Order: sequence, then C-alpha cells, then structure tokens
Amino acid sequence: MMWVIIALVFWLAAWVINVALAQSRFHNTRLVRLAVPLLFGATLLVLWEGIVRGLNVSPVILPAPSAVAQTFANSTDILWADFTQTVLKGALSGYAIGCLSAFGAAIAIDRSAFLTRGLLPIGNFVAALPIVGIAPILVSWFGFDWQSKAAVVVVMVFFPMLVNTVQGLRETDQMQRDLMHTYAAGYLTTLTKLRLPAAMPFVFNGLKIAATLALIGAIVAEYFGSPTRGMGFRISTGVGSLSIDLVWAEIFVAALAGSGFYGAVALVERAVTFWHPSQRGRA
Amino acid sequence: MRTVLPMLTVLAALLTIWYVAVGPMNIRVALDQAERSAATVLPATSVERRATSVWRLMAQNSEHIAAGYALERPRLPTPTQVGQELWKTTGEMVLRGRAFSKRSLILHGWITLKSTLSGFILGTLLGILGAVAIVYSRVTRMSLMPWAIISQTIPIVALAPMIIVLSSQLGVEGRGLPKAIISAYLCYFPVLVGMVKGLQSPALAQLDLLRTYSASGLQSFLKLRLPASVPYLFTSLKIGIAAALVGTIVGELPTGAVSGLGARILIGDQFGTPLAIWAALFTAAILAGLLVTLLDLSQRLILRRMGMPS
Repeated sequence: MMWVIIALVFWLAAWVINVALAQSRFHNTRLVRLAVPLLFGATLLVLWEGIVRGLNVSPVILPAPSAVAQTFANSTDILWADFTQTVLKGALSGYAIGCLSAFGAAIAIDRSAFLTRGLLPIGNFVAALPIVGIAPILVSWFGFDWQSKAAVVVVMVFFPMLVNTVQGLRETDQMQRDLMHTYAAGYLTTLTKLRLPAAMPFVFNGLKIAATLALIGAIVAEYFGSPTRGMGFRISTGVGSLSIDLVWAEIFVAALAGSGFYGAVALVERAVTFWHPSQRGRA
Repeated sequence: MRTVLPMLTVLAALLTIWYVAVGPMNIRVALDQAERSAATVLPATSVERRATSVWRLMAQNSEHIAAGYALERPRLPTPTQVGQELWKTTGEMVLRGRAFSKRSLILHGWITLKSTLSGFILGTLLGILGAVAIVYSRVTRMSLMPWAIISQTIPIVALAPMIIVLSSQLGVEGRGLPKAIISAYLCYFPVLVGMVKGLQSPALAQLDLLRTYSASGLQSFLKLRLPASVPYLFTSLKIGIAAALVGTIVGELPTGAVSGLGARILIGDQFGTPLAIWAALFTAAILAGLLVTLLDLSQRLILRRMGMPS
C-alpha cells in the first residue's frame, strides 16, 4: 500500500506544481512550457510504478516501468536488430519510395486539370480506407523479408501524399501565375520557383501523415510473416510467450522511433517553410 | 457534376490497369496448373520457369494466358472474380435467407461495424471532453497537448496485441472492448484537435459581446462556443470514423480473432484463399465509404438547419 500512497502523493504534488507553474507569470517561457508536460509524463510513470508495486500486479499482466527499463538496457542488441529490420529497412525504404513516387505522380497529374478533378475525390476516398488489410496479400507477393513490409508502406503512404501534393500544387492564385507569365517564365520555372515552394506546407503535411502510417504498415505487415527479427514479430511472439517486459521495451522503441521520425520531418518542415504563418515566430 | 466524368475516367483507367496486370501476375500459377494437366508448356518445368521473366513466359505460352484470368487461387484476382466473391458472400446469402451465417460478410461487417461505432463514440467523447478541458484550463493545455501529439506518433498497432492480452487477463469477455479501445485511441486525436480549433473559433468581439450581456461561462459555452465548433466537429468526425475503422480491423488482425472483417483477412491468409481476403478488403472499403458519406450528409443537413454555410 505504501507505494500507492507515495505515487498518489507524488501525483498531487506534481499537479500543484503544474498549476502554480501554469498560473505564474513565467508560463510563456520555454523552460516552463517544457517542464509542465515533462512533469505530467513523469507523474504517469510514477503512478504506473506505484500501482504495479503497491497492488502486486503480476509482471505477466503489466510490468513496472523500472522492469521495462531494465529489460531495455539488457536487450539492446535484440532491440537494435529489430529496429534495423522494421524501421530502417522496411518503413524508411517504403516511405522514401512511396513518397517520392506519389510526389512524381502528383506533378505529372497536375498537368491535366481533367485528371486532377477525377483523382482528388478518389484519392481522398482511398486515403480514408483501411489499407493495412492489404498486408497479407503483399507479404505473399514479395516474401517474408523487409521487401514486403516496404511494399505495404508504399501502398499506405502513396495516396495521402498524392492528395496533399496535388492540393498544394493548386495553392497559387491566378494573379501569382500571371505574374510569372509576365516574366516569360516557362512551365518548369513556374513550377520550381512558384508552385512547388507554395505547395511545401501541403507536401509536409502529407509527409507527416505518411511518417506515422509508415511505422504502422511496417509493424502490421510483420504479423503476417517475417524473418525471426523485427518489432512486429517480437511483439506478437512476445505476447505469445508471455515475455511482456520485452514487448513493452519494444513498444517503447516503437514510440521513440515514431516520435523521432515525426520530429525529424517537422524539423525539416520548419527549415523549408520558414515563411509560412504557422512557422513564423517560432524559431 | 463536373467531377463525375473525370472520376469515371480515372476509375476506368484503374480497372484497366488491374485487368492488364492480372495476366503477368498469374501466368506462373496458370502454367503450373497447365503443366499438371499435361498441357505443353515452355519451358517445361517450374524450376526453369522461375528463371524466366513473366514477359517471356507470356509470349511463349500465349494460349495459357487466359487461364490466369480464371484461377481458383490467383495471386491477383480479376475485378470480376472479386465482385463475384463479394456477391456470393453477401447478396446470395441474403437471397437464401442466411444473411447472418458464419460465411457471410454481412455478419463480419456487422461485427466490425459494432466495434467501430463503439470505439468511435468513445473516442469522440474523449476528444470533446479533452478539447473542453484544454480550452478552459491552461494547466491541462500545457500538460496534455504535447502528449496528445506524441501519442499519435506512437504506432498503436504495436500496442494492439498487448491490449487484447491485457483485457483477456483482466477477465474482459470477448474482443469487443479491446477493439473499441484501439479504435478510440486512433479516433480521439482528430476530434480533439478539431474541437480545440472549433471552440476557439469565436472572435474576441463575439466573446466580449456575450460578456456585455452578462452571460455566464456556461451560457457563452452553450450559445456561442459549442455551435461555432460544429463545422469543425464534423470535419474531424469524418477523419475520426475512418481511423476508427482502421483501428478495429487492426485489432482483429493479431492471431486468435474469428469474427470481423480483419479476422476474415487473417483467415483468408492462413487458408490460402486470396478471394476471401479481397472480398473482405472491399467490404471494409465499402463500409468506410458508407460511414464517411453518412457523416457528410448529416453534416450538410445539420449545418443547413443551423444556418451555416456548409
């Protein structure tokens, strides 16, 4: 019971500190804006640890965060092998292929207003479909190794990326295009100097959506067969063999990889679209 | 109407590509079958054929290409085959009065729909409550918002098998609840973000006007902020329901599920019946389309009733 009480006391104290911080006149400083969510996250971890220890929850049901951290430290080599297999080989290569080909397709389609009109509603519809279900088909086409995982990711990221890029390319208004016309700028110059830069906020929106989809696709595809490594493989076998702490360590890696990936895209976005209102005044 | 003709063109192009692709995708399987029924095939054994490109195979065995369009277990079925399988597992079942038999996709679609809707309702409620808390309390906004964003970059599918095992060990019967939790997790975020935007959309002048009426906080919430957020809510709901359906299907994928569209996909994979997978996939797509269209229609109706441009 001690542990539960300690956790609850910590929670109350953190809450009081957070309220005080948020109401104080420093609430807009960077330090406080960082400290408040960090304290909140720490509270969740302490609560989790306290409840697991205090109520003697079996590690088969829910291991304590400290146990997960220990497993994480002890099995870094397994986790690293899984990370390379799933994230670096499967998700990243699929992400690159899918986004690049969607980007190219969008530029090609954009030349025809007719095709654009037809493709946008269809692309929007396909982007809303549960495409993950295609994973078993692609695994049977491309085999168990990372190629099939990359293929699933390609299919998943293609349409969101396509729709966003096509929409972005339509962002410029007639006046701006007329201006380029008076400069005697050709199609290519207009594309590279005006329309692509204007499309960048949309492109990065698509890239960010695709970043989260890529990991989902790569992990789900591993449930349908994979070599004896990979995060999805480790999670599904770990659940079966009740090594739940390893599963949680794997989930932690997935969370790190997902946030890191998304964060990296967001950083590039900030550098590329520094002129956009949503990015101004943040640096 | 301007978009109908282009859409039909694109659809026709996609279907054509699909039909054409069936030939090269299935030629190897078709030749294997032809060899077994003692037809002459070039090259004669499947080992030799594996080293030959599909185009060579198609050129040398042009009389067997047609067989690839009528396989029982094709690598890539034709759209017609998928349509027939869909009809066999839905319409025909209804005609025979067995709409809810275990082989019927209507039953599995219904099971998936139930969890999708419960997850959707749960996620929407969480999203709206979270948005209200975030708009009205600075502490919640500062502590919750960053984690809400991070939660979406974590691939939930990694957690899905865990949630299912956890809930079964905690004594929760069936898979309904864990599936609903997974879809709620995927669906709450768009609603949260949309509602925060919507609740903050009234201009300062409007809020000030309500203050001059000496309206209470609750009144300004009910009469100004809530109505103003409705268009935002519907836009997010449409994203949310699609995400909820993905969540349910992912929740049905990890081994052990027996009912639901995701389970049909899994079973089709394990028993090597690609037609079943494709039919289940298309049912899921139709379901997603219906749900989004339904929300879109109600959005138009309600916004018109509220006198807002839709």
